[in-house]
Amino acid sequence: MEINLWINGKEFKDDVLPDTVLIDFIRSKGFYSVKRGCETSNCGLCTVLMDGKPILSCSTLALRGNGHDITTIEGIEEEALEFGGFMADQGAEQCGFCSPGFIMTVIAMKNELTNPSEEEIKNYLNGNLCRCTGYMGQLRAIKKYLEKGSK
Amino acid sequence: MKVVNKGIRKKDAMSLVTGKPVYTDDITQGSYLVVKLLRSPHAHALIEDIDIEKAKNLQGIECILTYKDVPQVRFTTAGQSYPEPSPYDRLILDKRIRCVGDPVAIVAGIDEKTVNKALDRIKVKYNVLEPILDFTKAKDNKIIVHPEDNFKALDSIGADNKRNLCASECTEYGNVEEDFNKCAHVIERTYHTKANNQTMMETFRTATNIDAYGRLNIISSTQVPFHVRRIVANALQIPKSKVRVIKPRIGGGFGAKQSVVSEIFPSVVTIKTGKPAKLIYSRKESFTNGSPRHESEITVKIGADENGIIKVISMHTLWNAGAYGDHGPTTVGLAGHKAMTIYKSMKSFKFDYEVIYSNTMGAGAYRGYGATQGFFALESAVNELAAELNMDPTVLRMNSMLSGEHVGETMPSYFNEVLNSCNLDKCLIRAKEMIDWDRKYPFIDIGNNKVRSVGCAVAMQGSGISDVDVGAVEIRLNDDGFYTLMIGATDMGTGCDTILAQMAAEALDCDFDNVVVHGVDTDLSPYDTGSYASSTTYITGMAVVKACESLRSKIINEGARLIGCLPNEVDFDGEKIYSLNNEKQISLKDIGNESFLGFNNYLTASASQSSPVSPPPFMAGLVELEIDKLTGKIDIIDYVAVVDCGTVINPNLARVQTEGGIVQGIGMALYEDIIFDENGRMVNDSFLQYKIPARNDVGTIRVEFEPSYEPTGPFGAKSIGEIVINTPSPAIANAVYNATKVNIRKLPITSEKIVMGILDIENK
Ligand code: FES
Ligand code: FES
Repeated sequence: MEINLWINGKEFKDDVLPDTVLIDFIRSKGFYSVKRGCETSNCGLCTVLMDGKPILSCSTLALRGNGHDITTIEGIEEEALEFGGFMADQGAEQCGFCSPGFIMTVIAMKNELTNPSEEEIKNYLNGNLCRCTGYMGQLRAIKKYLEKGSK
Repeated sequence: MKVVNKGIRKKDAMSLVTGKPVYTDDITQGSYLVVKLLRSPHAHALIEDIDIEKAKNLQGIECILTYKDVPQVRFTTAGQSYPEPSPYDRLILDKRIRCVGDPVAIVAGIDEKTVNKALDRIKVKYNVLEPILDFTKAKDNKIIVHPEDNFKALDSIGADNKRNLCASECTEYGNVEEDFNKCAHVIERTYHTKANNQTMMETFRTATNIDAYGRLNIISSTQVPFHVRRIVANALQIPKSKVRVIKPRIGGGFGAKQSVVSEIFPSVVTIKTGKPAKLIYSRKESFTNGSPRHESEITVKIGADENGIIKVISMHTLWNAGAYGDHGPTTVGLAGHKAMTIYKSMKSFKFDYEVIYSNTMGAGAYRGYGATQGFFALESAVNELAAELNMDPTVLRMNSMLSGEHVGETMPSYFNEVLNSCNLDKCLIRAKEMIDWDRKYPFIDIGNNKVRSVGCAVAMQGSGISDVDVGAVEIRLNDDGFYTLMIGATDMGTGCDTILAQMAAEALDCDFDNVVVHGVDTDLSPYDTGSYASSTTYITGMAVVKACESLRSKIINEGARLIGCLPNEVDFDGEKIYSLNNEKQISLKDIGNESFLGFNNYLTASASQSSPVSPPPFMAGLVELEIDKLTGKIDIIDYVAVVDCGTVINPNLARVQTEGGIVQGIGMALYEDIIFDENGRMVNDSFLQYKIPARNDVGTIRVEFEPSYEPTGPFGAKSIGEIVINTPSPAIANAVYNATKVNIRKLPITSEKIVMGILDIENK
């Protein structure tokens, strides 16, 4: 089936099978930041933004993307570098495999919530699993990042 | 120190946080065949017939391999130094099925859909046999997991495959029986830890191709590239010179990738077809046929004198190898040797173990490597002893455990190694302050059936495997005076590329950015056993120090020669060689540039390191829980960890290691539990059913360091990677007891078990 969507501002017209999932479509276009960590929609690694809202690209059909704007971390290099700097200063990216999906969710959270409390931060990001870091370094990075944003 | 002990950013940090394509699947795009495995639905069976006709002819199917197509020589997939202490009990594909998910056929085709279709069309006729699933009943059972005559153990590990024994041993020191008789207090308890999956976020995966020289190239997410080279070559019966292994960035390992799980299958396909091939394990496969922590049943007996000082310990350990013996004979040793050693007051000990085969998934290496199971049992028993004596468990420990006072003494239960550094006493004292133990112990009632209680555990680990692990590095001076550090140690997110560069920069008095790191390509990198056994900082780090010393003296010689002085007339400050007697000098940059000209010397140095000792890092872990006594619900409020890992090379990375290890340990304590149904099929084979801790589950974790100085380590460093997973299970069990008087001796610690325990006590 014919679809037409935008990934990081670039238009893609393609023929896809009805059961092609968005993550595979996106990766096939060369946006390799998007990772798969499970088959049950539980890990958050595959998070991308669709029209600015975070979605799990592993459980979204490519067809559903038709007519929509998809953003991956490759499309927001500047913000990724900025927030990523705070992560790097904590060592909060360990293996880094969860980082792109996590960072996309953080960016979405920043756009959605003003001055989130620690609890709100944890709730918003609860679906983003990380097996390496124990989450504390990520939290420190987020707090510093938000602090800076509000100054 | 200028670079060591600084929280420097990881070398790869910015590329990871901007999502650069650096992992196995990202860098192997293009025309790779998709490889998948047909797996057995039965736990124990013999393959009578495989009919691949209908599958083979599907368009897009490149090859289908069964046991008839692969070498029938046994090997182990355990990534250990040769001769491996794990038995040679595997074939690539075997007629005999020993656990659910054992591979039956390898299928390679043009895309996933086609391969899936082919998998459906393969018809297998099994002679289904009764499985033995309960490892506590498997020894000398009539069902034998490895009846084959070509089963082979290279080492005397006490294996007897006809009895389902993968390994066994008994060590005794002093007169245990006599000492128990002299003790005022003796307790004996049995504990049970479950199998856990590492669940590194990047599942097992390997891509293979044939390069321009006709050699098999293996790009793999592995902790042990050099072991992969050897094991794959042996399994495929090809010369090692025909194999090259490349390790890109890895999405976590935690020991899982210390076994050769995914490498062999695409390798066979590439050898057979000459075409690039790639196998990516699904999360489900990583669960059902990974290399999880060994399930264990440990009976601990402790004798103490009237003051509660521990005098004698015995540990009897049963270990579930599962279907294959990877890491079985070695993990089990740590359960005793690493755990008991922490009680220095002990005069005698006994440690005996049996590692048993059963028809469940073969286990492997998981952070902590057996010490974790041992510490749950021993630390829980110590906590129970304290409770029986009405003593604060932290006070009991202070009187019996290793401390700074014991430096210089030998440790009989630790292969008679000498303790060179220890701040365990300071760790425990500081952790108690941090959590306000004396005020909160044992619990504070906060009303509404809820209490807040605290719990305690201490732990140690090793730093590398004594006399076995090898780390070699090479360091080169380049033009403009920058260095290339070639390492064979595998950064799997742990940051070893970074900390080794920090050590090099420190040793060469240069900027951290002046050191470029390269790892790992078995064609280029110096030999390293790999990243496991908490060895990299300690072993490979020392190799870096030695190589840098050697390069430094070469730089001095060359610089002196270039300015017409003798080496003893100059000094090197990291930037220039300068004469001690006159104005003559030459910059490192110029020495580097000169060294690229024919008539001068190209400067490079290499060094290799192994160690006769494995100095233990130490840690105290204290937890505060909130427990609802009506529902048994547990919330972790605060986890406090104080670690002595010797000199902390990079405080940020060491802190995150600690936090991450504690959270994995919390998962083990509270919910992670591989469960098999009555047919041996893993029931909870997804994140939906096998829960790992999420952000909301872990409360606050606070980490501090009490660094001792380890004289045999680089800049005084020991290890950090594994010890950090050892305290959560016993500390949480202790806090549960302090709140409820319920002793949970079988992990995981669930609300249900707590409530049942409370009811039991009330009904007594
Ligand atoms: S891949 Fe796990 S939630 Fe999408
Ligand atoms: S950094 Fe490895 S999973 Fe998060």
